[in-house]
Amino acid sequence: MSVTETKSERAAGWNRPPVVEPDGEGDLLEIAMGPHHPSTHGVFRMDVALDGERVIKLKPVFGYLHRNHEKIAEQASYLGSMPYTDRLDYFCSLTNNWAYALAVEKLVGQEVPERAEYIRVILAELTRIQNHASSIGFLLQEMGASGTPLMYAFKEREKILDLFEQLTGSRMMCNYMRFGGCRVDVSAAWLDAARKVVADLPAFVDEFEALLSSNEILMARCQGIGVLQGDLAVNAGVTGPMLRASGVNYDIRKVDRYGIYDRFKFRVPLGDHGDIYDRYMVRILEIRESIVILEQALRDIPPGPIMDVKAKIRGFRPRPGEAYGRIEAPKGELGFYLISDGGPNPYRYRVRPPSLINLTVLEDMCLGQNVADVVLIFGSVDIVLGEVDR
Amino acid sequence: MKTVEEIKSAIEAAIPGAGVEFVPNPGPSAQHSLRLAPPSAIAVATFLRDDPGLAFDSLSNVTGVDWPDKEIAEKVKVTRQVSKMVDGVEQTVEETVDEARKRIELGCLEAVYHLYSVAKKHGPLVLRMRTANRTDQVELPSLTPIWRSAEFQEREIFDLYGIVFTGHPDLRRILMWDGFKDHPMRKDYVEPDDYEYEPTAHDQVLKRAQEHQSRERGNEGTSEQGPGVA
Repeated sequence: MSVTETKSERAAGWNRPPVVEPDGEGDLLEIAMGPHHPSTHGVFRMDVALDGERVIKLKPVFGYLHRNHEKIAEQASYLGSMPYTDRLDYFCSLTNNWAYALAVEKLVGQEVPERAEYIRVILAELTRIQNHASSIGFLLQEMGASGTPLMYAFKEREKILDLFEQLTGSRMMCNYMRFGGCRVDVSAAWLDAARKVVADLPAFVDEFEALLSSNEILMARCQGIGVLQGDLAVNAGVTGPMLRASGVNYDIRKVDRYGIYDRFKFRVPLGDHGDIYDRYMVRILEIRESIVILEQALRDIPPGPIMDVKAKIRGFRPRPGEAYGRIEAPKGELGFYLISDGGPNPYRYRVRPPSLINLTVLEDMCLGQNVADVVLIFGSVDIVLGEVDR
Repeated sequence: MKTVEEIKSAIEAAIPGAGVEFVPNPGPSAQHSLRLAPPSAIAVATFLRDDPGLAFDSLSNVTGVDWPDKEIAEKVKVTRQVSKMVDGVEQTVEETVDEARKRIELGCLEAVYHLYSVAKKHGPLVLRMRTANRTDQVELPSLTPIWRSAEFQEREIFDLYGIVFTGHPDLRRILMWDGFKDHPMRKDYVEPDDYEYEPTAHDQVLKRAQEHQSRERGNEGTSEQGPGVA
């Protein structure tokens, strides 16, 4: 890329992935990876053209899990869609709840009490920790380390899911947030249990890092593989840890300061190279920053109501208008766009899925790499098919 | 960030005749939007991205909205000439009556774009574009050449709403399968009665599939159905 190139000229090249010419002789081998491939995290297909081991073309194929979530939500009441948002990214149901609640609160101009905001932050950061831990576990699984790292991650995730179960009644399908607050209050005993889980977390991350971060195989397989340039990442709408691993300082918790994130001190980890290793490292560091936020939130949580008394529950009909609300979900920017026509159900309900949009650059990252690395690059994007296909 | 009105005047100063329209949002969120005229949309989008003060380098969300044709019933006063018997003589008299009329207000398909600036950390700016109608004039210019993030999302709108984005590098269905005919997110979409199509059909399903196939053959001459139905 020359220095004299203007932004428009450079962007013209971003329109399509670069063309990789086969260098060997003989035919290209076209294979369909998936939809039932162990590395595809569900049902997802990549149509790959190979020249020997090198990837020449890669086309993702979606839709195996499509159930038209948006159409179903247009036929349900506003609150009726809340449990259904759990099923989008089923690893992070509480952040899905929060994004939807935030969008509806913007639509009707609803305030949230202070204690409920603290509970939301605590639950969202716990969700981020368990999501990042298990996504790293899956990445190692795809590298060939069957079981052990994933089970290490799942052991910790299970402790956090136990907290969710105590509070909401369900490990994964929490259905916890409401427009203007939360469904049930946290008890003092629950807060103590959460403090204990959080106090044990740094030791877990240290152990995890001692096992992985300077592991020779992990470094050999991850460093310099699947590089994503920062300006392409911005142009392609990539968000979350993937964007920050490419060195772009953009965290919606810092930019929008939604909820009460302006009250906490935390840093935004950034990568240098934008390769798989940086994505791994950014996730590890984000777990550490989430622990810092949790310590502050669990120390400062005030007593008080958890629902705004003026929040309307029965006969909920927002005035005509529209709103777009977004949060920094563990996988990236999760947004909900709602249009109300004054009726009891949304006229238009749209999910902005970070998993799908982060896959826009999958082909760019994979071209010219070996086919074994495709599995790793795909794993480092961190997607859940429930959110990709909706 | 500048207000939406200020951005509108900045666009009009930079691109004469851009035809940008301000669309207020009556709700409490007050996220007002700008409606672009499709012919100048690419120029406006490029300006929004490259202007150093605005620097909307990230297109976050792209989505479609369906506004169906509306039937509006109204009463109109009509003066007409009627023949009447007055005093035993037939005469033509003017008479004013209320007449119930129905007129169709043409709907449209709309694409909505939410822009943010990663460099300046502001946003959102909401852009909208409307097609001329919902049936045969459904083309809009694609913004994928400006922001790559529109690639999958515009494909999704094409799939679920049927807006055809001209200039899109790879406009195919994304969520529904390739042989699918309709656009499920439209408000007037009717679900098919046969969701149970199986490759190894039998009994009632086979009978229905055969009926369906023979109808399709009659309509088109060729059939794109999968194998297995005898």
